Amino acid sequence: MARIEISCVEVWREVSNYLDADISPELRERMEAHFKVCAHCSAVLDGMQNVVGLVADGRLFQTPEGFNKRLYNKINPHR
Amino acid sequence: MPQPHLESNETELIRRVCGGNPEAFEELVRPYERLVYVTAISILRNQADAEEVAQEAVLKAFSKLSSFRAECKFSTWLVQITYNEARMRLRKDRRNLYESLDEHHEEPEGDYWPRDFADWRPIPSELLEENETRQALQNAIDSLSPTYREVVVLRDVQNLSIKDAATILGVTEGTVKTRLHRARLLLRDALAPGIDGCWCTERSYQKVRPW
Repeated sequence: MARIEISCVEVWREVSNYLDADISPELRERMEAHFKVCAHCSAVLDGMQNVVGLVADGRLFQTPEGFNKRLYNKINPHR
Repeated sequence: MPQPHLESNETELIRRVCGGNPEAFEELVRPYERLVYVTAISILRNQADAEEVAQEAVLKAFSKLSSFRAECKFSTWLVQITYNEARMRLRKDRRNLYESLDEHHEEPEGDYWPRDFADWRPIPSELLEENETRQALQNAIDSLSPTYREVVVLRDVQNLSIKDAATILGVTEGTVKTRLHRARLLLRDALAPGIDGCWCTERSYQKVRPW
């Protein structure tokens, strides 16, 4: 059976769900076929994947020096 | 009664705290210190305020622990308290009145389409050792409106599930997905010119990117 093609606009709408593996296998297959032939949509996917990977890195948001010590000092008198 | 949302160790720690052993509370909270702080700073965008609110939220969690019914994970409950405390702080701060009451609820209609179609070579995570890269990412996240910043921080920075993010924000999972989608596209476009801030229209712009 022939695969139904998908437009760039439809791909952009679903690209975030694609990254989260939150789409049907059928849609995933159509999107993957599209990425193979569409440089623009591949760039959108790669860029989003990069951004998501970078912001997840623990080095980005760090607690200030001594944060946990001050936190438990604050809590201790209440316990 | 079984509490499917809780790690057995957490169940035991909560039981100990509620049973009169408050020293177990530190052990219960320790794995989530960063979660609490990052939630607070993503809303308040000020280190001192975020630390203060994080402390208040943890204290509140301690005093309310006996009312925790394990309808969600302990971490989700703790982040929800932090989120609400941070939002309350924002409301109290008259300087932020405009943002907290108006901008926060601004939900643009229609789709957001990507603006940059340049190739993205993989960005090596080692670049995060450099202040410049961290600052560029931080600026991109800060440039998002609160609605989008919160969802990115919960889902992508803190790696919470869509379901947990929806519980914390008090919205549907569908709303989280829609906001996340737009937020990720906005972030991608914000970072597209390259972390050195160069913006060229020719194909040579790929070369100015440090990755």
